[in-house]
Amino acid sequence: MKGLDKILLAHGGGGKLTAQLVREAFLPLLDSPVLAQLSDSAVLPELPPGRPALTTDAFVVEPPVFPGGDLGYLSVCGTVNDLAVSGARPLWLTFALILEEGLDGALLQTFIEGAARAAKEAGVSIVAGDTKVVPKGKGDRAFAITAGLGVVPRGVDLGDLNIRAGDRLLVSGPIAEHGTTVVACRHGMAGSGLRSDCQPLGSLVQALLDSGVALRAMHDPTRGGVATTCNEVALKCGLRCVLQEDSVPVGKEVAAVCDLLGLDPLYVACEGRLLAWVAPEDAERALQAVKSHPMGANAALIGRMEEASPGSAPVVLSTRFGSQRPLDYLSGSDVPRIC
Amino acid sequence: MSPEERFDRSAFADPKAVFGFAERIAERAAGLERPVTFMEVCGTHTNAIAAAGLRRLLPENVRLIAGPGCPVCVTPVGYVDRASALALRPRTTVCTFGDMLRVPSSSGSLERVRAEGGDVRVVYSPRDAVEIARQNPSHTVVFLGVGFETTVPTVAAAIDEAERTGVPNFTVFSGHKVMPPPLRALASDPEVKVDGLLCPGHVSVVAGANAFAFLPEEFGLPCVVVGFMPTDVMRGVEELLRQVVEKDPSVANLYARVVTAEGNLTAQAMVAKYFVSEDQVWRGFGVIPGSGLGVRTEFGHRDAGRIEVAVCDPEEPEGCRCGEVLRGSINPPECPLFARECTHERPVGACMVSSEGTCAAWYRHERLRLGVSG
Amino acid sequence: MCLAIPMRLIEMDGWKGTAELDGVRRDVSLALFPEVQVGDYLLVHAGYAIGKVDEEEARITLQLLREVAEHSEGGLEP
Repeated sequence: MKGLDKILLAHGGGGKLTAQLVREAFLPLLDSPVLAQLSDSAVLPELPPGRPALTTDAFVVEPPVFPGGDLGYLSVCGTVNDLAVSGARPLWLTFALILEEGLDGALLQTFIEGAARAAKEAGVSIVAGDTKVVPKGKGDRAFAITAGLGVVPRGVDLGDLNIRAGDRLLVSGPIAEHGTTVVACRHGMAGSGLRSDCQPLGSLVQALLDSGVALRAMHDPTRGGVATTCNEVALKCGLRCVLQEDSVPVGKEVAAVCDLLGLDPLYVACEGRLLAWVAPEDAERALQAVKSHPMGANAALIGRMEEASPGSAPVVLSTRFGSQRPLDYLSGSDVPRIC
Repeated sequence: MSPEERFDRSAFADPKAVFGFAERIAERAAGLERPVTFMEVCGTHTNAIAAAGLRRLLPENVRLIAGPGCPVCVTPVGYVDRASALALRPRTTVCTFGDMLRVPSSSGSLERVRAEGGDVRVVYSPRDAVEIARQNPSHTVVFLGVGFETTVPTVAAAIDEAERTGVPNFTVFSGHKVMPPPLRALASDPEVKVDGLLCPGHVSVVAGANAFAFLPEEFGLPCVVVGFMPTDVMRGVEELLRQVVEKDPSVANLYARVVTAEGNLTAQAMVAKYFVSEDQVWRGFGVIPGSGLGVRTEFGHRDAGRIEVAVCDPEEPEGCRCGEVLRGSINPPECPLFARECTHERPVGACMVSSEGTCAAWYRHERLRLGVSG
Repeated sequence: MCLAIPMRLIEMDGWKGTAELDGVRRDVSLALFPEVQVGDYLLVHAGYAIGKVDEEEARITLQLLREVAEHSEGGLEP
C-alpha cells in the first residue's frame, strides 16, 4: 500500500481516496474474486445442500496487535468459529471496519493481512466489506464487524437441547490464553509462553464430526470464559454442569498472570478452543479424535452434566479438596484486583 | 529440594497435607470442653477458605467466622461518594484498584460514574497512577488509597516517587486503615465471642507478627499468623486448637517463610514519612480512634482529601446488616437481604461487592451448602 | 487485601527490578525492600516487593507438609 501513512476522514468519504484504499490496501491482500468485483452486494454461487447458518460479530481488542494475532485475524477466526461450532461449514464472510482518523496505515495493513491469513487458514472467502472513518477521538483506533455464512450439512443437528444428564464435556486445549495474553499486555507483563489461542476451528470441528461420536453440542468459549459458556448451556438445557478442577488444563504462564492479577482463568476469554458435549459412552473416543488433530493436542475431559437439583447452582466446580463451589455468571467486568 | 521445588506454590496446596491437617484438627477438637469459634480476620483468607471449601473439613465444634479485614467492605459510603464527585470534577482523573469499582455509593458506584463520563481508571499498582499523572500534567490525578498495612507502603512509595521525580499533580485520597485498633475493639467487646484469630499473613509481612502480640498478652486470645494457601490455613486452625486446649495463648508465626517478628522496617518508615495516624469511620463500626492513616500536613499538596467537592450526607442502604457481618456477629445468611435483594449483580452493601467481602465469598462459594437459590 | 505472590528477581537496577513467575516477567519496585539480590524470591504486592521468601523456612514448612501428608489416612468423602 504505497504512501499510506495515516488514515484520513476522506478515506471513508466514498470518493477517490476510498476507492484507492480499497484497490490498494484491501483487494490485493484479501485475494477474493467476488470481492474484486466491488458490486453493491456479493452475489454468491448456489449454496451447497443443507441449512444455511448466519452469524454476526463485532470486535474490539486492546491492544489491537498482540502475541498470536491482531484485530483482523481475531475477527475472521471468531466469525468462522461461531459457524463451525454450530455444525456449519463456514463459506463466506463480510468484513467491515470503522477506523479512527489518524490510524497508522501500517496498523491497518496488519489488520487486513491478519484477516486474509485467517481466511486462508479457515478456507473461507471474504466477499464483501466496508470502511468508514470517524473523527479522531470518536473511535478507539479500529472496530471490526463481520458476518459469516455457512451451511449445516444434512444429518448434522447440534444444539444445547440435545444434551442429556450423564453427557461428558471436553475442551480442546488449555484455557484462558487469549484473555490472559491481552490483559498481560495491558499491564506490562511479558512471557514467551503468553500467546493468544486465536485460531480457526473449522478443521478441528470437522475431525470431531467425522469421528462419528454422538456429539450433542459445541461452543467456543470467548468472553466470560469457560464458566460463562457452561452457565449459558446449563440454563438452556436445564441441567447441572459439574467441572473437575484438576482436569481443566491451564498453562503455567496463564496461571501465573491470573494469580498476579487476581483473575480466575475459568472466566477469562479463549478464542480458539472448542467445548464439546458428547454422549458418555463416546467420551474417550471423542477425546482421542480431538487429540489427534494438531489444534487439540492438549484436549481434556473436564466435566459432566447431571440432573439439576433445586437450590443448587447450575454450574459447579468440584475442587481438589472434595468440595463443590458454584461458578456463577460473571457479574460486571472481571478487573484485576489487589485483594 | 531445589529452589524451584521450594517455591512451587502448588506444594502448599497439597490435598493430602490438607486432609492430614483435618485429621489432626479432629483429634485435637475431640479434647475441647465446648465448641470454639475462630475468626479469620483477613478477607483474602475468607475467600481462600471458601474457594477450597475448607469449612467442610472442620469438625462440628470448630467454627470459622469472617472478621473486618476487607478494606473495601469497611470503606464507608461517604468515601465512595467523595471519590465519585472527584471523578466528575473537570480535569481530574481518579485512579483506583479494581476492587473499588463496584462498591456502592449513595447513588451508584465508580463504574457507573465512569459510564456517566467521570474519568475513572483501574490500575494494578499505585506506580501506574504516578505514571498517568506524569503523562497528563494538566490533570489532577487522585489515587484512591484503600487498603491495610500491606498496601499503604506501596501508596507511600508512590508519593515518594512523585516527590522525588517531580510529579506535582499526583495526589492520594486516603481511606487507609490499620488492623490493631478494630481487633482491640473486637477483643474488648463482650458481645463478640471469639476464641482465636487467624491473623492476616501479608499485613504481618509489613507490620511484623509482633503487631498482634497485644491480643494474647492483654486479652489472652490465641493467635496465629498464617499464609493463604489451604495448608497454611489448616495448620493455623490446628495451632489455635492447641493454644486453646493447652491454655497457652500466643502469636504463633506459621508464615515464617515471609513474616518476621518486626516486619518490614523500610516499608514502615516509608509509611511514617507520609502518613499519620487518625480516627476513621469503619462501615459497621462507626469511628474507631487511631484506626486510619491520613496524609501528613507537610505533604498536604498530596492530599486529595483537601480538594473541594460537593457531596451530600451519605445514605446507608436500608436493612443492610453489613456492620454485624463485619463484626463477626452474624453470618451472611442471617442478613435478610442476603442472596435476595442483595446479590453479586445488585449489591446493597459493600460486603457483597468486594470479591472477598464475606457476603460475596459466601454467595459465590457456599450457597450450595445452604440451599439458597437465586 | 493480601494478594501478594512470590516472584523471582531476575534483574535489578537501583530501585527498579524485573521479577519472574513461571515464565511471566514484570517490573517491580524495590523501593520497599532494597536489600535483595538477583535470584531472591520476593513477595510482590501491587507492583512492589514487600518481603522476601526465606528459603530455609520454606523448606522447613514443606518438610512438615510432606510428613503430614504421609501420615494422612486419605481424603474425606465429598
